[in-house]
Amino acid sequence: MLTVQGLDAHYGLAHILAGIELTVQRGEVVVLLGRNGAGKSTTLKSIIGLVRPSAGQITFEGQGIAGRSPSTIARLGLGYVPEERRIFTELTVRENLEVGRQKPRQGVPHWTPEKLYALFPNLAEMKDRPGGRMSGGEQQMLTIARTLMGNPRLILLDEPSEGLSPLIVEQMADAIAALKRDGMTVLLSEQSLHFAARVADRAYIIEKGRIRHEAGMTALLADADVRQRYLAV
Amino acid sequence: MDIVVVQFLTGLASASSLFLVASGLSIIFGVSRIVNFAHGSFYMLGAYLAWTLVERLPYGPLGFWGGIVGAAAIVALLGLVMEFVLLRRIYRAPELFQLLATFGVVLIVQDATLWLWGPQDLLGPRAPGLRGAVTILGQRFPQYDLLLIFIGPVVLALLWLLFTRTRWGTLVRAATQDREMVGALGVDQKLLFTTVFMLGSFLAGLGGALQLPRESVNLQMDLTIITDAFVVVVVGGMGSLGGAFLAALLIGVLHAFGIVVFPKITLVLIFLVMAVVLVLRPYGLMGRKPGPVAATVGLVTPLIGPTPRALVWLGLVAGALLVLAPLFVGDYTLTILSEMAILALFAASLHFMMGPGGMASFGHAAYFGLGAYAAALLMRQLGLGMPLGLIAAPLAGAAFGLLFGWFCVRLSGVYLAMLTLAFAQICWSVAFQWVELTGGDNGLLNILPSGWAQTRQGFYWLALVLSIAGILLLRWLIRTPFGHALRAARDNPLRAEAVGMAVGRLQWAGFAVAASFAGFAGGLYAYFKGSVFPTFISIPRSVDALLMVLLGGVDTLAGPIVGAVVYTGLHEQLMSLTDYWRAILGLIIVVLVVAFPQGLAGQARDWWLARNGGRA
Repeated sequence: MLTVQGLDAHYGLAHILAGIELTVQRGEVVVLLGRNGAGKSTTLKSIIGLVRPSAGQITFEGQGIAGRSPSTIARLGLGYVPEERRIFTELTVRENLEVGRQKPRQGVPHWTPEKLYALFPNLAEMKDRPGGRMSGGEQQMLTIARTLMGNPRLILLDEPSEGLSPLIVEQMADAIAALKRDGMTVLLSEQSLHFAARVADRAYIIEKGRIRHEAGMTALLADADVRQRYLAV
Repeated sequence: MDIVVVQFLTGLASASSLFLVASGLSIIFGVSRIVNFAHGSFYMLGAYLAWTLVERLPYGPLGFWGGIVGAAAIVALLGLVMEFVLLRRIYRAPELFQLLATFGVVLIVQDATLWLWGPQDLLGPRAPGLRGAVTILGQRFPQYDLLLIFIGPVVLALLWLLFTRTRWGTLVRAATQDREMVGALGVDQKLLFTTVFMLGSFLAGLGGALQLPRESVNLQMDLTIITDAFVVVVVGGMGSLGGAFLAALLIGVLHAFGIVVFPKITLVLIFLVMAVVLVLRPYGLMGRKPGPVAATVGLVTPLIGPTPRALVWLGLVAGALLVLAPLFVGDYTLTILSEMAILALFAASLHFMMGPGGMASFGHAAYFGLGAYAAALLMRQLGLGMPLGLIAAPLAGAAFGLLFGWFCVRLSGVYLAMLTLAFAQICWSVAFQWVELTGGDNGLLNILPSGWAQTRQGFYWLALVLSIAGILLLRWLIRTPFGHALRAARDNPLRAEAVGMAVGRLQWAGFAVAASFAGFAGGLYAYFKGSVFPTFISIPRSVDALLMVLLGGVDTLAGPIVGAVVYTGLHEQLMSLTDYWRAILGLIIVVLVVAFPQGLAGQARDWWLARNGGRA
């Protein structure tokens, strides 16, 4: 469904990504694991078009999308949930969802605010609250719900568990698991192996802008050596 | 008491148009982050188009109101064209280049309007059915003004409904906060930008058209209204429609009373009120502290260290040639060279503020003009000659730099720049209106330099030596600990605060230094021209300085010098070729910005890096 080949990206003179290769199959939850600054966020931003790749191909549903504008890519059915959440703080929950709304897409569930309030019950209680007056966990739920309003075929989730309390992290994992059951395809980035183990089928380990290792989640959890080498702090 | 009520109502009536224009400016800025100088031109075009339509259409309510709305609709289409042809190509350019491009449009529209409608003021008909007056507390008050009082709140309510009750409005509000994220959610930004620009232009055009029965239509409307609109936006708080409405009421009412109480210095009253508001609420009545997006004016490539040896030699050779120039060239060339030298110092003073200081000024001509008037007034009022005049000029620049700067450094980015423009416009209006002191439009004449400098050679040498000395002094200042601290404060104000620098005070000092050198250049210019006019302080002169700095490049000290020389030369050539030199100059500015959105210097740097294998 999504293929990335030989992806390079720079910020000014700094070389951030060097030849990233990855694929995501329909219905899969794939995790990009790596430490801070490894290039996880930049990989996701390059896919959605917020960072212009300096080389490489990105194919989504058979179409080359490298170098296209974020809005074009998003309208092909790629949803993006940023790490910084980027909630519209002046807008209410309801209005934030409205900004994310796109036309129904064939072959994927059609999301409405009501269905999303069912998935994230906290949001249902604050439909008219401005985004700026919500807790971090509530904002994280809203940012995912907002992206789902675009009825995406695949969502890119940038560090969904970052900075959240353990209780909210559990809720987040449950929500991702629920999405997976409905057939959603997800590519997420994470630092937490624990969270990744809860949700993902397969993992890529990224370090210094390169993919160093690829494994099924079960195999990775059994492989103490790889974990020690790439993920131990 | 009665007159107070009537003046109050007149103020409310004026406030409506002002609100329409300012809200349009604010909406456009919110989404596109472009300060559209041409917004005032759209206001003016709205008035001219309404005049033509109302004259052509049969007189009657349909013809009149059809003409007013029709004019606003045509202006909206012109806004569409401007967005499509120009702005769309430069959304990624630094903010100041965008601003210059829109100023290019101002110049083009000015000449186009002059060409189409001629230089004379035009008077429109009264509104049918509203030609008379009502009696309020024994005073007659025009019916049309009564209608205008209602139009403001009605438009505010309509805009509020549009922004809160429609998907389009929700998207605009979201894009005002984070347009990149809106794009990443699949919203077509191009369409959003175009429609926002059309709405903003429509409001400007409508504001202008509605003035038709109240005042004459003239070629000064564009810059007058844009200044008022900037004041309204700064006082009301950027991005807040409610704030813009309140501020428009405040400014409108103040104008109305000012004309009765202080006819000479209306704008001074507005200055005082603006000052009070900004002291109490630095981001305006209903504004919030702007996010990091609004705070960066871009253009912060660090100043480079030691001057390359080749450039030093080039400078020395050029200096020697310039000193010897009177031996080779005629009087005309010497005059041009003198002007170039003075304007290079003026541009360098703006560069000091913008480059190392990180503060863009749209109103740097204020200090230039104040310096010139200080020198001229010393001679006219006290009979004191050039030596004292040239001491007073930088002092006057510095004094007003301290006064205005105190307010300006509380803001940052375009907010700061808008405020500098408002201050400059206030100085201009004082120079223009206080006829007893400044001679008004007739200026102050016979400002002669000392006897030995009255020959062309003598004055040329004087201007050359003093300008070079001034520029070297500025260069030295940039490399002192003060200059380094200023750059630190520019690059990261928070960190600079954290290591114990008083960022506000540093910037204030930087502002005053830049103002005093501009004042010095202005003083020299007064003796150079032998006269002083309000145009020395006008917006076009401030923009001249911006152009010089940006054309040459803000990241090198040679930039403003090269810019001043090139620009003065170009200006002189164009003026001798055609009466429509403004339009040509505007066109050149627009083409340059579209072709080189990173500026000439930025482009040169990119080429150099590309040739040397580096990555741009």
